[in-house]
Amino acid sequence: MAEIFFTLALIVLESLGLLVALLISVSFLIYFDRKVWAAVMMRRGPNVVGPWGVLQSFADLLKFVFKEVIIPDGANKVVFVIAPIVTSLLALSAWSVMPISEGWSISNINVGVLFLFAISSLMVYGIIMGGWASNSKYPFLSALRSAAQMVSYEVSIGFVIITVLLCAGSLNLTDIVHAQNHGLGTKLGLPPSFLDWYWLPLFPMFIIFFISALAETNRPPFDLVEAESELVAGFMVEYSSTPYLLFMLGEYVAITTMCALTTTLFLGGWSPIIAIAPFTWVPGVIWFLIKVVLVFFMFAMVKTIVPRYRYDQLMRLGWKVFLPISLAWVVITAGVLVSMGWLPS
Amino acid sequence: MSLSLTGVGRQLFLKEFVSAFLLAMKYFFAPKVTLNYPHEKGMLSPRFRGEHALRRYPNGEERCIACKLCEAICPAQAITIEAGPRRNDGTRRTTRYDIDMTKCIYCGFCQEACPVDAIVEGPNFEYAVETREELMFDKAKLLDNGDRWEREIARNLALDAPYR
Repeated sequence: MAEIFFTLALIVLESLGLLVALLISVSFLIYFDRKVWAAVMMRRGPNVVGPWGVLQSFADLLKFVFKEVIIPDGANKVVFVIAPIVTSLLALSAWSVMPISEGWSISNINVGVLFLFAISSLMVYGIIMGGWASNSKYPFLSALRSAAQMVSYEVSIGFVIITVLLCAGSLNLTDIVHAQNHGLGTKLGLPPSFLDWYWLPLFPMFIIFFISALAETNRPPFDLVEAESELVAGFMVEYSSTPYLLFMLGEYVAITTMCALTTTLFLGGWSPIIAIAPFTWVPGVIWFLIKVVLVFFMFAMVKTIVPRYRYDQLMRLGWKVFLPISLAWVVITAGVLVSMGWLPS
Repeated sequence: MSLSLTGVGRQLFLKEFVSAFLLAMKYFFAPKVTLNYPHEKGMLSPRFRGEHALRRYPNGEERCIACKLCEAICPAQAITIEAGPRRNDGTRRTTRYDIDMTKCIYCGFCQEACPVDAIVEGPNFEYAVETREELMFDKAKLLDNGDRWEREIARNLALDAPYR
C-alpha cells in the first residue's frame, strides 16, 4: 500500500516538475519566436519587460489573466469553457511520454508514438468544440476548416511515423532514440553521430514530417484558421481572457510537442551530435533542448518567410503531394529493409 | 497546374524555400532599423509642425498683436482670439488666445499667416495628456510653451529662413 502511494506521489511530483519546466520553456519559446520574426523583419521585437525583454511572455500572461472573461449570450456555456481546457490539457499530457533524456520520461510506455499520435488527433476536438459552442458562424466555419486541415495532414504524418517505426522496430520513443545510435555513420566505422540519425536515410520523410507538423499545429503558412490579416482569430473569435490564453498555450505546447517529436524521431533525441569526448560530457537534456530549439527556430523562420497557402492549395499539398510521396516511401523503405536484411529484430 | 519536370523538381527540393531562407538569414543579421523610441529619437526637420507656442520679444513683450489672421485662416477653426483695447503705444494685445488642440490639424497655416512670428508650431510632439480638457490650450499655456521652447523655435526659424 505504502509502495503504491509512494509511486503515485513520485508520478505526481514528476508531472508537476515537467509541467512547470514545460510552461516556463514555452513562455521563453514564444519570446524567441517573436524575436526571430522581428530579426528577419529588421525590427527589435519585445525588449522592454525584463532584460532584453525576456519576461515579455509573463507580462502577456498577467494581462490575459486579469482581463474579464466574456462569454457570449448564445454560447453553450459548458462546452465553451471546456473547449480551451481540453486543448491545453491534451497538449500538455502529450509530454508525459516524451523521453527528454535517457530514462527521463514520466511514463515510458511501449506505444509512445501511438499515444502522441492519438493525443494530437484529439486536439481537433478542442477546436471543434470551441468553434461550435461560440454559436457564431465565423468561428464555426473556421473550426470546420481547421478540423479538415488537421485530419488531412495526420494521414501523411501517420505514414512518416510508419517509416520510422519500420526502421526502428519499436513504438517506444526511447527505443526509437536508441535505434538511432547505429546506422549510416557506424557502418562507415565512425562513432555514433548525427549521420546515424533518421533525418539522413529518411530525408524526404523528415521534410514531409516537418511540413505536416506545421499544418497539424495550424502554424503559418497553414494558419488559415486564424489568419490574422484576414480573419480575426478564427475559432477563437469569441474567446477572451484566460480561455483565450489556454487556447494559445495549447497551441504553443502542441508546437513544442511537434518539435520534440521531430527531434525524437529524426534527430536522435538526446544523443550528442558525435559520441566523442567533449560532446558526451554534455548531459542529454541539453542536447535535447538544443535540438528542440533548432527545430523551433525553423518553425519560426517558416512563419517569417513563407506566404500563407490558399485553402485548395493546402488540401492539394496534403492529399496529392504528401500522401503519394509518403506512401511510396513506406513501400520503398520496407522493400529496402527486407531485401538488404536490415530489418530490426 | 502545368507539370513541367523542372518545376516539379524545384517544388520537391524546396528550391524557393532554401533561397528564401538564405535571404532571411541575411536580414536576420542585418542592423535593425527600429529606433528605441523613448530612449532614441529620430531627426526632426526645422519645419516640423508640433505643439503650438506663442513667442515673446527678447524684452519680454508679447509678439502677438491680435490681428486675428491666424484665426481667420485656420481651416479647422481651432483658434479663438479676443482682442483688448488699443494701448498707449498704438498696438493691441490679445485678452484671450485659445487653441483647441483636439481640432487642430497641424497644417501650419497660422504660423504662415502670422506677420510677427508670434504663433509658431514648435518641435515638441510629446504632450499627450490624460484628459480632453487639458488639450484646450489657453493663452497662458501657449505663452508658457513659447518660453519653454524659445531656443529651439528660434533656431528652427533661423535655419528655415533662407527658404521662406
